[in-house]
Amino acid sequence: MSFLWFNLALFFELLATGGFIIYIIKQQTQVFKWSNRILLAGLIFHTIFLCHRYYSLGTAPVLDFKSALSFFAWCILCAYFVLQLRFKLMVLGSFVAPFSAFLMIVSYAMPWMEGPVKPIFKSLWLTIHVGTIFMGNGLFAIAFLSAIMYLIQERHIKRKRLGSFYNRLPSLATLDGINHYSIVYGFPFLTVGMITGSIYAQSALGTYWQWDPKEVWSLISWLFYAALLHQRVAAGWQGRRAAIMSIICFCILIFTFVGASFWLGGYHSFSEMGTRSPP
Amino acid sequence: MTEIINIGMNHETAPVELRECLATEPGSVTKALSFMRDNESIKEGLFLSTCNRVEALFTTETVKEARRRMVSFMSALGGVPEESFLPALYSFEGMDAVKHIFSVAASLDSMVVGEPQILGQIKDAYALAAREKTSGVILNRLMHRAFHVAKRVRTETGIGGAAVSISYAAVELAKKIFHELDGKKVLLIGAGEMAELAARHLMGQGVTSIAVANRTFDRAVQVAELFHGLPVSFDEIGSQLTEADIVITSTASPDYVITFDQVKASLRKRRNRALFFIDIAVPRDVQPEINALNNVYLYDIDDLKGVIELNMAQRQQEAIRAESIVLEEVIKFENWLKTLSVVPTIVSLRDKAESIVQAELKRSTSALGALTPDQKEVIQTLARSIVEKVINDPILFLKGKAGRPTLDAYLDMARRLFSLDNNREDTE
Repeated sequence: MSFLWFNLALFFELLATGGFIIYIIKQQTQVFKWSNRILLAGLIFHTIFLCHRYYSLGTAPVLDFKSALSFFAWCILCAYFVLQLRFKLMVLGSFVAPFSAFLMIVSYAMPWMEGPVKPIFKSLWLTIHVGTIFMGNGLFAIAFLSAIMYLIQERHIKRKRLGSFYNRLPSLATLDGINHYSIVYGFPFLTVGMITGSIYAQSALGTYWQWDPKEVWSLISWLFYAALLHQRVAAGWQGRRAAIMSIICFCILIFTFVGASFWLGGYHSFSEMGTRSPP
Repeated sequence: MTEIINIGMNHETAPVELRECLATEPGSVTKALSFMRDNESIKEGLFLSTCNRVEALFTTETVKEARRRMVSFMSALGGVPEESFLPALYSFEGMDAVKHIFSVAASLDSMVVGEPQILGQIKDAYALAAREKTSGVILNRLMHRAFHVAKRVRTETGIGGAAVSISYAAVELAKKIFHELDGKKVLLIGAGEMAELAARHLMGQGVTSIAVANRTFDRAVQVAELFHGLPVSFDEIGSQLTEADIVITSTASPDYVITFDQVKASLRKRRNRALFFIDIAVPRDVQPEINALNNVYLYDIDDLKGVIELNMAQRQQEAIRAESIVLEEVIKFENWLKTLSVVPTIVSLRDKAESIVQAELKRSTSALGALTPDQKEVIQTLARSIVEKVINDPILFLKGKAGRPTLDAYLDMARRLFSLDNNREDTE
């Protein structure tokens, strides 16, 4: 049953991605409206999928890489729709939808793994810990995408090539605003996620912090984002430098998410979770 | 057969001296309209006079005669002998004239393709013709269609999109950098027509604070007064750079007025806020290298010209799409015009009556039950003769008006009364 919801979500998100790509080429508002509606439908199916999984597993569906990716995609879409309320920036969808669709395709390509869930994971703390971290990651993903858009637009203006992208992308101030906003709101989520993670570790493993590779890398990403936020707020960083920095931060974050889960081992790695083992 | 004719000249066919002759006098349009009204061969008329074109649009049944008279009137109006006048004129007939007037209204025939003023000018010309009662059924319809075409072209193509003047291009760039110009500060260094125009456009977009610097302080005070701005001396430019968001330079100075080091030094104090330089001066006032600084953008006059050229090319592209809208509307208009004579109107009136008879008979057959062929025929004849009696008088009336000057108006009225043009959009 949950496969059906997953496939529906994937289908609608891919359809919306196609729509958003047509939108950025053709620039027709109608195309945007429909793509956005389709994307919202995809998000709804995605939400149903997650709820269904939650009840069948008894805990948040984030214990293997496949599920974690789909949850990440879901968080990005949520962040997108929330930011859209404020910025109403149509072209943002043309960047966000392909990005989350890409995560979904990777997730789709990975095998389903069924098996008993270790009792240790059936904790509300896990849901809060992973939920807040990924909400932060979703916002950071938007910050990352807006930074890329910023750099493209800035390059066009600096080089005086006012071609197709120049017309399609919004003003530098808008893109910088989205970047700023997503980081300002993403950072508390990341912080809360790390704190709840250590509380969870204390209650489950008896220690707050044990220098697990993922913990270390999370701390490094957190410090980088803290530095970026500080520079933005206190030193007035904006524009190009802030954009580049938020791209670097996001790369570290992705490394934390992917690298630390697969190559560095530790109790955060997916192979350690549960009795099943990934291929 | 009534023909639509136009005679005129525009920026392409006539030199400015010639256009001036016709356009200068304020009463010339009224004069032209009263000439058209009094002239036997011209049925309806409209006269358009702008700085880039002078054009007469009229309907007539005697094409050659009317055209000859119109040309001689126009040459008399401008005080120019006909021989030197003729080569500058163009004239279109029938659907070509319709196409031409649609293109003019849609700003496809303008010097700056897509410029919006021409539509307003045509609307004024039409309002004047309507007031002077020189426009009739055909021109009324034609002009309304022209306005409709202009609207379609504007909304369905990007013809009026991107800026094609230096000062507007600068404003658009500023918006791409700052998004909103509300509360932004402008520093105007040196004075010149183009720089002042750019400053004026920026103010129109919400810029409230303008500082004006000039070598001679008196001149700075003068210009600052124009914008309710703040005059500053040349030595204060350095400190002003930490305040301003947009700097427009247009001095005659042979050296750079704003140097790389100066801007670099100000960046720290500015806390990285974006700074946009518009350098309209030749030779340039702002050292070109500053474009490489973070959050600093520099456009000189050549860059802006490049932007405009690009936008122009874009408009030309859109003009091709607009062309097909015009052609589509010309065909619609032609179809309407064809119905505007006695025979087609009577035919469509009869057709309509017949279709009503058939529809009503069909509806009644079930209620009437079984009928003999004879009875059927009686009922059909009855229905037909009632309808024919009703439409007989209108038909006779229209036939009686054939060849009269007021015929078009009656035909138009008849078509509307009996709703013969099903196309709702066309009867607006």
